[in-house]
Amino acid sequence: MSATSKRTAPEAAPPQGEERWFLRLYVAGQTPKSVAAFDNLKRICEERLQGRHTIEVIDLLKKPRLAKDDQILAIPTLVRRLPPPVRRIIGDLSETERVLVGLDLRPREQ
Amino acid sequence: MSTSAPAPRKSRSSRTPALRKTPTGISGLDEVTGGGLPAGRPSLVCGSAGSGKTLLAMEFLARGAAQFAEPGVFIAFEERAEELATNFASLGFDLDALVKQKLLIVDYVRVEPSEMLEAGEYDLDGLFIRLGHAIDSIGAKRVALDTIETLFSGLQNAVVLRAELRRLFGWLKTKGVTAVVTAERGEDSLTRYGLEEYVADCVILLDNRVEGQTATRRLRIVKYRGSSHGTNEYPFLIDEGGISILPQTALWMTYKVSSKRVSTGVARLDAMMGGRGYYRGSSVLVSGLAGTGKTSLAAHFACVAAERGERCVWFAFEESADQIVRDSRSIGIDLAPAMKSGLLLVRAVPPAAFGLEMHLVTMCKLVNEFAPESVILDPISNFSVVGTVFEVKAMLTRLVGFLKSRQITALFTNLNIGGAAPDTTATAVSSLMDTWLLLEEIVSGAERNRIVQLLKSRGMAHSNQVREFLITDQGVELRDVYVGPSGELLAGSALMVQRAREEAQAIVAAQDADALKRELDLRRQAVEAQITELRAAFEIEEARARRAAGQAAAVSAALTHGRDQMAEHRQADAESTDDAALPGPGGSR
Repeated sequence: MSATSKRTAPEAAPPQGEERWFLRLYVAGQTPKSVAAFDNLKRICEERLQGRHTIEVIDLLKKPRLAKDDQILAIPTLVRRLPPPVRRIIGDLSETERVLVGLDLRPREQ
Repeated sequence: MSTSAPAPRKSRSSRTPALRKTPTGISGLDEVTGGGLPAGRPSLVCGSAGSGKTLLAMEFLARGAAQFAEPGVFIAFEERAEELATNFASLGFDLDALVKQKLLIVDYVRVEPSEMLEAGEYDLDGLFIRLGHAIDSIGAKRVALDTIETLFSGLQNAVVLRAELRRLFGWLKTKGVTAVVTAERGEDSLTRYGLEEYVADCVILLDNRVEGQTATRRLRIVKYRGSSHGTNEYPFLIDEGGISILPQTALWMTYKVSSKRVSTGVARLDAMMGGRGYYRGSSVLVSGLAGTGKTSLAAHFACVAAERGERCVWFAFEESADQIVRDSRSIGIDLAPAMKSGLLLVRAVPPAAFGLEMHLVTMCKLVNEFAPESVILDPISNFSVVGTVFEVKAMLTRLVGFLKSRQITALFTNLNIGGAAPDTTATAVSSLMDTWLLLEEIVSGAERNRIVQLLKSRGMAHSNQVREFLITDQGVELRDVYVGPSGELLAGSALMVQRAREEAQAIVAAQDADALKRELDLRRQAVEAQITELRAAFEIEEARARRAAGQAAAVSAALTHGRDQMAEHRQADAESTDDAALPGPGGSR
């Protein structure tokens, strides 16, 4: 786990090439919280992952079955599917520090 | 059931005159709640760990699906779906089959605190969507949330969580589903997180208390808005058939009574009860010391019931079934055929196996299943190991009510303790009983003999006679009891000696009477001569004697009155004519 976080440290680009990030954001319609979560996620990813990421937004109102299949309880929920291990963060991602910790993106110097 | 269609609108417009109820199908719960849980509303089931909350919730759904064709959604926050299926299979529910038939959805909501990092504001729409999707996909009418407060351990923001739970329960009402929400018992409150605040309609408390060394499960309806409900604690049982609750039949005083009779199995005992035996559906107490023949009477009763083709359950608290059969056979009563044919069920239960409540529930359950016409409890005095006289009586009161409501004739034996004053258990429970047979022992010469008397028998003319009670190899026989010269009861060989003596005396007396008669004839002739002589003198005195006799009669009439009347009499006299009061008797005050 700690190895992963070292590899994804933003300052030095990983020597072995670009690690792809695959993130899923579960929302339920265009609620303020959902919109805020997407905006916050997009900003963090652009700052830290510089295009190495894919964000998939899943609207559970359209695909309610996935709530059960993907064990979603709170909305919004962010799931980091890649790189492993799977990480989950709930909330509108307004607390950037916590998001970074949750995604193992926290800068080393802090 | 089509009844739940208009639920959402009705429940939102707050009070509707008659509260609709959703039957649970759980044995006894619908009686206790007067028809089931409030339809279209959430009910809270709280209790400590292992009190049976999950089972109640699941059984509500499984029975709803199987018995009432109402599909259900089970949201498990604690147990995994597979674990649930296994647990319920052991209770006789095939969850997988119900799932396949689209009558049930089981969803395991994983709440892992370590996987729930919170970064900003959130709500529980995911849960709502999940639940809503499940409800809609099978048209669910019932929902169980078990145990939703697990969320408190997974989510840190209790403020949000509480708001969301409040919203959830409101939302469930709009969905028109009847929901069971389980919650852990709190220390000072009903539930640890105060969920009773949100579920205001119906709150059921489950409890598993250990008293003495036995645990008893109990259920209580803490609250049921808009509905009358039983307020007692109802013992319940969890066994291979799920939950069975024993309602304390509040209606037990209104049962129908039968005027039909059932034989006691002993002809002379029937004769003591107007020739026809016990009333069907009545309760009979047979009490007596050890070895006085209580179990023998019970065996007769069981045997004659089987001969009528009726079913009988014999709860044996002292002996095994084999022992009862063997001992009965030794007195000429063969219970084996009745057992073989399935008419007689002997259930040997160690009295200390569980608490009184559990005994009660177990017995009632077996009675419900076996549907006997008669029940024997032999002996009830053995319950004293698990309860006080008062508790035993309370339990038996309910059992008697239960049996009466089903018109089951019940025979209870009670072992009296020798030397003690009228035995406490027997005395305490005797008021519950319609018929009380007391078996006693008398010792005369060097032997003990049994006697029986019918201390009471409600609603029938019955003999007040004491009978000798014989246990022969042909069963129980009753005989007249003889009263000896100084008033004591005689039985057994003392009785035979006495009877011979009496016969001899009768012959002697007859002979004496003849001689006496001849002597009297002679004397009469002599006397008659004297009478003629005396009559003249007598007539002179007659007038005076008549006056004297009149006075004497007045005195003796006064004397035969009670003391109080005498006092009154004297006082009255004293008032009217001072010293003309009666002479003598009450001079000293």
